[in-house]
Amino acid sequence: MDRPIRVLVAKPGLDGHDRGAKVIARALRDASMEVIYTGLRQTPEQIVAAAIQEDVDVVAMSILSGAHNHLFPKVVKLFKEEGVEDVLVIGGGVIPDDDIPGLKEAGIAEVFTPGTPTTKTIEFIKNNLKK
Amino acid sequence: MVLNLDLINKLLRGDKRTCARMITKIENNEKEAEDILKGIYEHTGNAHIIGITGPPGGGKSTLTYRLSKELSNQGKKVGIIAIDPTSPFTGGSILGDRIRMNKLATDPNVFIRSMGTRGHLGGLSKATHGGIKVFDAYGCDYIFVETVGVGQSEVDIVKTADTVVMVMVPGLGDDIQAIKAGIMEIADIFAINKSDLEGSERTTREIRMMVEMGNEEKKPPILNVIANQNEGIRELIEEIHKHKEYLISTGKLEEKRLERIRSEIITLIEDEIKSRIFNDKDVYKLLDNVLKDVYNKELDPYTAKDKLFKAII
Ligand SMILES: Nc1nc2c(ncn2[C@@H]2O[C@H](COP(=O)(O)OP(=O)(O)OP(=O)(O)O)[C@@H](O)[C@H]2O)c(=O)[nH]1
Ligand SMILES: [Mg+2]
Repeated sequence: MDRPIRVLVAKPGLDGHDRGAKVIARALRDASMEVIYTGLRQTPEQIVAAAIQEDVDVVAMSILSGAHNHLFPKVVKLFKEEGVEDVLVIGGGVIPDDDIPGLKEAGIAEVFTPGTPTTKTIEFIKNNLKK
Repeated sequence: MVLNLDLINKLLRGDKRTCARMITKIENNEKEAEDILKGIYEHTGNAHIIGITGPPGGGKSTLTYRLSKELSNQGKKVGIIAIDPTSPFTGGSILGDRIRMNKLATDPNVFIRSMGTRGHLGGLSKATHGGIKVFDAYGCDYIFVETVGVGQSEVDIVKTADTVVMVMVPGLGDDIQAIKAGIMEIADIFAINKSDLEGSERTTREIRMMVEMGNEEKKPPILNVIANQNEGIRELIEEIHKHKEYLISTGKLEEKRLERIRSEIITLIEDEIKSRIFNDKDVYKLLDNVLKDVYNKELDPYTAKDKLFKAII
């Protein structure tokens, strides 16, 4: 591919730090991707608006606070309302295994829990782009 | 062209996704990019293009955020192009300017686009000019271009913007000496940000001295601002407007824009020549054929160049 994959990395919710998100941002950069980093405390509305303006291929979100069951699906829903169907939405963070099937059902393409090597996330992105 | 008319109309009506997609096509140098740029050209020229430049971490993004917010509150439409460096090694980048502008993400009057330099030197990316045109046709009254904070090699912004705001911060000390050579030619307005910090008077003094010693026919105004506290923002907008009025009343705006068009066309021709020559596989064959000769000193690189040139053109 002669264009970089563009990824929006965001932290929805009220988490106090973004170390994990920064680690993944750097890994994606080192994998030749263009990472738009938006930092802490994003609302789903802000994430979707930014993703549209930046015309990204991927939205990667990370949550530690436990609000994933609400916030992740909200982002997918807002994309649908905007008629956007070609953005790959993935999630990560502290997420109980039991929650993962529900999140996938809601349209989160994949969920990466702590300890997942970043190479796996990179591989997943490359193999599942929608545009 | 017919293919694009629909798309262009959508852009002119202010459709965000069309705007975003057009910029992507231009950034990726897709086939349609040139048709898009041709098609929108007649709808450009209305926006005031403002460059925001200065040292890394000086508060360029925070200032851009505040200026845009104020203008949006006044009902103006604002486009922001924020540029960060692309790694020359991996081609990847982390574009972090939005962190300071998140509150604008959902503002219907504001459109923010981050760009990596993608190998382009001079503080902008190659697609910046195209992005500006798309924003212009999209209906922006103001377009802010935040350059890469490299300090010295930001000459591109002068050719790109109508008004350049040079963001300075207290405590640059010797750095001012180092960057002095360039900044007088670049700055239309000095905004001394972080004026809440110690040393801001001294920095202001130093810049004032520098401005007074310079022989510019229009001395750039110097403003103290505190971007993260929203102080001095209205005054800065006022100066930005005054600068535009100055450009118009003296005929300098036309002069500037003619010069911009001139250098744009030159760049386009250079690109065209390069791509025509280097997209031709035979050129590489010819090139490979002379390598050994040059290596063996039977030929020097300059004579080789002359030979190849003759064969190509
Ligand atoms: N004390 C003080 N800090 C400020 C002011 N304006 C911005 N900052 C802080 O300065 C830091 C850098 O601000 P940015 O707006 O990201 O600076 P920048 O020039 O865009 O940085 P780069 O794009 O990385 O070169 C942030 O932590 C801001 O909160 C100010 O007026 N006073
Ligand atoms: Mg910045």
